[in-house]
Amino acid sequence: MSHYRVTAVVNGDSVDFPCDAGETLLDALRDRLGLTGSKEGCASGDCGACSVMLDGRLVCSCLVLAAEAGGREIETIEGMADGNALHPLQRKFLDLGALQCGVCTPGFLVAAKALLDRDPDPTETDVRYWLAGNLCRCTGYDKIVRAVLETAEDMRGA
Amino acid sequence: MPPDLEFTRKTSFETVGARPARPDGNDKVTGRARYGADVSVAGMLVGKVLRSPHAHARIVSIDTSGAEAIEGVKAVATRDDFPDIAPDAAVEGEGEENMWDVARNVMARDKALYEGHAVAAVAATSAAVADRALKSIDVTWEVLPHVTDVDEAMRPGAPVLHEDMRTKGLENAPRAPSNVAEYLKIAMGDSEAGFAKADLVVERDFRTEAAHQGYIEPHACLATVSEDGLAELWCCTQGHYGVRAMCAAILGMELSSLRVTPSEIGGGFGGKTTVFLEPVALALSRKAGRPVKMTMSREEVFRGSGPTSSTSMSVRIGATGDGRLTACEATFRYQGGAFPGSPVSYGAVCGMAPYDCRDVTLHCYDVVANRPKAAAYRAPGAPMAAFAIESVLDEIAQKLGMDPIALRLKNAVREGKTSVYGPTFGPVGFVECLEAARDHANARAPLGPNQARGVAAGFWPNYGGQTSVTMNVATDGSVLLSLGTPDIGGSRASMCMMAAEELGIGYGTVKAIIADTHALGHNDTTGGSRVTHSAGMATIEAARQVIRIMKERAARIWDIDVDAVVWEAGRVRPSGPNAGDHEPMSFREMAALSARTGGPIAGHAEIDAEGAGASFAVHMTDLEVDPETGRVVVLRYLTVQDAGKAVHPDYVEGQYQGGAAQGVGWALNEEYVYDAEGRLRNPGFLDYRMPVASDLPMIDTAIVEVPNPGHPYGVRGVGETPIVPPLAAVGNAVSRAIGRRMTHVPMSPPRIVEALDG
Amino acid sequence: MRYEAPDTLEAAVGLLSAADGAARVLAGGTDLLVQLRSGPVEPDLVVDIKRVPGMDAIVEEAGGFRVGAAVPGAALGEHAGLRAAWPGVVEATELIGSTQIQGRATMVGNLCNASPAADSVPAMIAAGATARIEGPGGRRDVPVEEVATGPGRTSLAEGELVASVFLPARPARSGDAYLRLIPRTEMDIAVVGAGVSLTLGENGAVSAARVALGAVAPTALLDRACADAIVGAALDAAALEKLAAAASAACRPIDDKRGTVAYRTRVAGVLARRAAAIAWARAGGRA
Repeated sequence: MSHYRVTAVVNGDSVDFPCDAGETLLDALRDRLGLTGSKEGCASGDCGACSVMLDGRLVCSCLVLAAEAGGREIETIEGMADGNALHPLQRKFLDLGALQCGVCTPGFLVAAKALLDRDPDPTETDVRYWLAGNLCRCTGYDKIVRAVLETAEDMRGA
Repeated sequence: MPPDLEFTRKTSFETVGARPARPDGNDKVTGRARYGADVSVAGMLVGKVLRSPHAHARIVSIDTSGAEAIEGVKAVATRDDFPDIAPDAAVEGEGEENMWDVARNVMARDKALYEGHAVAAVAATSAAVADRALKSIDVTWEVLPHVTDVDEAMRPGAPVLHEDMRTKGLENAPRAPSNVAEYLKIAMGDSEAGFAKADLVVERDFRTEAAHQGYIEPHACLATVSEDGLAELWCCTQGHYGVRAMCAAILGMELSSLRVTPSEIGGGFGGKTTVFLEPVALALSRKAGRPVKMTMSREEVFRGSGPTSSTSMSVRIGATGDGRLTACEATFRYQGGAFPGSPVSYGAVCGMAPYDCRDVTLHCYDVVANRPKAAAYRAPGAPMAAFAIESVLDEIAQKLGMDPIALRLKNAVREGKTSVYGPTFGPVGFVECLEAARDHANARAPLGPNQARGVAAGFWPNYGGQTSVTMNVATDGSVLLSLGTPDIGGSRASMCMMAAEELGIGYGTVKAIIADTHALGHNDTTGGSRVTHSAGMATIEAARQVIRIMKERAARIWDIDVDAVVWEAGRVRPSGPNAGDHEPMSFREMAALSARTGGPIAGHAEIDAEGAGASFAVHMTDLEVDPETGRVVVLRYLTVQDAGKAVHPDYVEGQYQGGAAQGVGWALNEEYVYDAEGRLRNPGFLDYRMPVASDLPMIDTAIVEVPNPGHPYGVRGVGETPIVPPLAAVGNAVSRAIGRRMTHVPMSPPRIVEALDG
Repeated sequence: MRYEAPDTLEAAVGLLSAADGAARVLAGGTDLLVQLRSGPVEPDLVVDIKRVPGMDAIVEEAGGFRVGAAVPGAALGEHAGLRAAWPGVVEATELIGSTQIQGRATMVGNLCNASPAADSVPAMIAAGATARIEGPGGRRDVPVEEVATGPGRTSLAEGELVASVFLPARPARSGDAYLRLIPRTEMDIAVVGAGVSLTLGENGAVSAARVALGAVAPTALLDRACADAIVGAALDAAALEKLAAAASAACRPIDDKRGTVAYRTRVAGVLARRAAAIAWARAGGRA
């Protein structure tokens, strides 16, 4: 296995890490950079627990090679709050009890933020289809979908 | 009940019933919360498991020399690294776990009993080296005939998994081995006499396929065994005391030598109540002298961890012309995978528990087959039996021209009634649930072509069990709760609320942690809907101890009799003018004085909680079937359930909604698909089809509150019941939409098309 | 395994041609990374083509559109012109996986992965798309239906890669559509797929049609009998029933975990009929 050195921007900070050729971005984030907020639920792109933004697009970091990340900008759940101020989505998930075990929550938040950044006024159907790649086994999605819709409404009013 | 809990039950609340943010919330929305796979330590090795490619095969030999020769491989473990276990050894997991079975499930000994059964493990310096090492282990197999279907496994001449298995519970003890571990008959009254009174008898056969719990976090652990044999284990589990007991039994360790710390847990639903990787990681660490971290891939989770039983059931129910149930006779056949212990008897009892029917006979068969050992899954055994029973009831309602809720109201158990479940019911909320469903707006929503409404009920008895809680009062008046029941769905919030309620202080003043096995006395596993009831009871008990201590201290300060001190709204005060004229003192003031009044103030409770109140539910769903493709769209879904007293209604609703979603998934598309070789064909989220956000509508909820007299606040556990009705609610709706009775779960598009054609 | 990210097409072809062992092209990676993890063979070389200029572009050409091999589904969906011209192709591509998958997965990757159930392929075949293949022997354009030769197998020679797909100019009075059957609403692989592209004559009757079926044979099928069933007449109920029968007759499916022979055969007819009705409406057809 060949080794590589990658320089990228993660949550606004320039980082530099080694990786193997076959190593995924998810593994590099977790094991090289200690950013364990992105979770491995399936390693096949079917659960969305590892969702991150890569150059402005929502992706599963388990389906990206770490070596591909050179020169790219990556945003993870760890970069979502502004210092000590939670993002409105994070606040709303807490206020509505839109999480139970919480392991899917980082992926949902990253994905939901990507939606609201491009569409401030999504319908319930829009939210459900946008989030269809994020599996949650605890909530039945009801409170998650409500949290995203209510946050959108709050942010439009702000 | 402990003495402190005997005084009056509370009926008006300050904090309980509110919806505050949970104490563990910030960590979970920022990615800081640490789950099973999120911890690493210096010098850590990566452990991996070699699994059987065969459904049933004798292990002739295992040659690990190739793996051991690879640079970076620090330990290899096989059956030879685990002592054999006495056949009757048992410890508490969720219910009693037979350790002979658990140990053999963790690491195969003479035979691999299912595809995915662990046969060896390695610890190496990297995942890549560990993978290479697994490929270098040479297992010589003698492949044996296999059986995965429950009915086939019961047939004479079927391949036998355990040569020494003789069916227990038969009148004449059999001499030949079989795959039927046990037969159990549960009966009340005389079912034949009951059928004689019936005007209508409906009889049907049903099948349900195996479903997986589907937690998003795969099993993970980190084990460190030191030179002196002391060990530490970090893992995601519903019960770290159970993990400790099982690992200690499997590895021959003393309980006090093993400290288990539970991580945050990414879902369990019963599937994390036993051990898989944990004893293996400890064995590898002991051998390598280094910490070993192990995580399952999703494929391993499906192949190697517990799904639920698949079932075959026959149900016959009689009713009078006006809809009174007169008799039920039913046979339940549950395969529980490669070892005995399928939840067949729970299921059988739960299915008929809601109904005041006096003449019932239930035949239960616990069957083994070449599949992964079934683990508990939310209301173990009940959803399948409820599917069969509630489907037959729906058919009776149709044949009698009765509304399905009216039929159930006519037969519902109430206080003072007895069903086949056994105990005479105290106050229960089944009738209230039925009435709430009947009166809900969803019951009157218009239905279009190919659309129909299905109704079904569900029951779970709930459970109490052993629980230890410590409450430490800090000198600034803040409170720290140490709990021993892993928090899956918000129980830390509920415990903080109950503590704040009892102490009369603010919710934000109380913090809770889940402590490790060294810190508290034994705690049974988080399961069976027991935590809010039993840990809540223990928390309240601990709070009452704290109050008692504060009253004693105040009595000493005021130099009056302790009986002359009362606790009111979070303050001590003299009971009246005769007790002297003393200014009341707040909880905070008493805490601040603790150093000068006798030292630290703490309460603790070690209880074996009884008095769990059963929780009934009624689900109602509207759906549409595409008659050309058999695809189903769920249009509306309503869950109504008795919570006794909802401590944190958001998380009560969350249980209702989550259980309903799991049940809908099972009803429509989730199933284990096996090929002719007994290999699982769909070990991933792509083809094991759990519901995604766009598959479901909003899930409407109605919380019924009929207080449980067995809990100081009236709480009933709510976690299990929500998955009991959905298979039948969906099945009844599909059956009504297509005009054919569906009898096979999941009701996938091909099965619906088949029913339409049939 | 070695990872290379060349910045010219020539360099990419050179790397692929010179590879000693198995070499794989990495575009969106949504199939390749799953195969790297669980596939039987680890490749010796992975060539990431996303740093080749132009690979991520959608370019108008001869009234049609050339879609680069690294264009993710999300970018396809955001392209108003392409969406207006070939809604069936765009919708088919957008059906592949989740939002996250759409951020990466490409139409060319979907084609070269050579799954019989690939969603974009029947739609591309119906649209008459061509694949531009670059290799050590130079450049060639082939109809997309000639790329896959069986499950996981393609007609690409050693060192060759598909650099783009060309969707031709949309004829007047024409429309396309793609439908698939999955048990859930998202995240599944097609149990059956049907792509239809048709053109209406001056008289309102169907003058030309292409019908392609997915997941009912080792490769996506371009079926002539299906087209013949609807060409020459208005798309009335009788024509649609003929189409459904032809589509079912064309199926050569297998039983697997996703569906049975009987189910796939039946549903292929249903979907072909429904897709044709949508394409007809898009073409301006009136009952």
